[in-house]
Amino acid sequence: MEVVEHMFGPAWPLVWTVAKIVVIVLPLMGAVAYLTLAERKVIAYMQVRIGPNRVGFRGLLQPIADALKLMTKEIIVPTGSSRFLFVMAPVLSIMPALAAWAVIPFTPELVLANVDAGLLYVMAITSMGVYGVIIAGWASNSKYAFLGCLRSAAQIVSYEIAMGFALVGVLMMSHSLNLVEIVHRQEGGLGLFSWNWLPLFPMFLVYLISGVAETNRAPFDVAEGESEIVAGFHVEYSGMAFAIFFLAEYANMILVSTLTSVMFLGGWLSPLPFIPDGAPWLFAKVALVLFLFLWFRATFPRYRYDQIMRLGWKVFIPVTLVWLVVIGGWMQTPFWPWK
Amino acid sequence: MNAVREFLRTFLLLELVKGMALTGRHLFARKITIQYPDEKTPQSPRFRGLLALRRYPNGEERCIACKLCEAVCPALAITIESEPRDDGTRRTTRFEIDLTKCIFCGFCEESCPVDSIVETRVFEYHGERRGDLVYTKQMLLAIGDRYEPQIAKDRATDAAYR
Repeated sequence: MEVVEHMFGPAWPLVWTVAKIVVIVLPLMGAVAYLTLAERKVIAYMQVRIGPNRVGFRGLLQPIADALKLMTKEIIVPTGSSRFLFVMAPVLSIMPALAAWAVIPFTPELVLANVDAGLLYVMAITSMGVYGVIIAGWASNSKYAFLGCLRSAAQIVSYEIAMGFALVGVLMMSHSLNLVEIVHRQEGGLGLFSWNWLPLFPMFLVYLISGVAETNRAPFDVAEGESEIVAGFHVEYSGMAFAIFFLAEYANMILVSTLTSVMFLGGWLSPLPFIPDGAPWLFAKVALVLFLFLWFRATFPRYRYDQIMRLGWKVFIPVTLVWLVVIGGWMQTPFWPWK
Repeated sequence: MNAVREFLRTFLLLELVKGMALTGRHLFARKITIQYPDEKTPQSPRFRGLLALRRYPNGEERCIACKLCEAVCPALAITIESEPRDDGTRRTTRFEIDLTKCIFCGFCEESCPVDSIVETRVFEYHGERRGDLVYTKQMLLAIGDRYEPQIAKDRATDAAYR
């Protein structure tokens, strides 16, 4: 290590940071690729089909074939579009999906940036994702894309609030915005029963469902809504520009799953007290939440637009507010089992 | 009271859990996919696929140019021209089926008094240029010759129900 550090001289901190970023982003991209395959397989199985199984052993090379196909396709920029914004939109949508990973703790030591306002950073960054969608819809100069981006904007504004309130519950539990600290506070003798999901159960559900809405996934995928507005905000995108949106959607899914795992499911902690903790537990929890995402998509039909708004404003926000009061009062009583 | 129960059912997500239980069960169900080029679905002897013209065992073509199939064809896919042959029998000089028009209804086969035009079990064929799917008399006869054993067998199986 010393020798390498010496070799780069003053550029070392930069090189080291870039190396860390690559170490996080490359596996993430691999995970995204195979999440698409997992999604197709899981949904196929739930629909009593087999799913892709032609490319490679049991379809294992399918994501690579898809990537190659998308890369060789032409990127069409519509004549009436706002060219600069049109090209920037996919970048804006994938940037937050990747940037938020900086503060995700894989183990107590393995964090790219162990900042104290980690939760705030995550909230801020994930809210940025919608700008990619809005700008894509606006710049495309197409009715469908515009409708899609309006829907997405309204939806994300509504669900962000419920999501924020759900995270206030997490804050009350952990007395900290630092994600490492949040996980540490979920340590207790009870294994999986000392994690946040149990005392904050309604908030856990609200966060999970808002997360599905935030990532524009079924049953909240009205921004895409292929049966009504073709493909919503990304109708006009093709080739790699479309693939970037695709990557962003799946990277966001993994991000939301990871955040759910960190904040409600105890991050790297093991579910049973006598089994050692570690990053594999985090990955297992992320996989579980991702499976839920796929399961939702295979099960539920798309929400009608007014129903989405009703759920966000008239159900989730009141539920989280009430539970905040309940949990706040409960914590002051001697009957609070979680310390 | 009913309204309260309804509300609780929705609010506690019981309906959604029920739905997810159903899809969850299907995750482990036996898959019904038939992997087409490797596996094929069973075909009925009445399968209505590619059209063919048959011959008698002595090699004489069956078609007598009565044009009933041309008349009955709802898609106007069949074109027939006929002339007396040297031996005085009436035969087709042109018998074309435009398979891009054909809807495989089987009316031509029903109407044929001499079982000449038939539908075979073949459904894997294609054309690569415009006009490739307009099948001429020679092509249709060739198809008939090629699949005659299967065609004859299917007619025999089905004869009891006609």
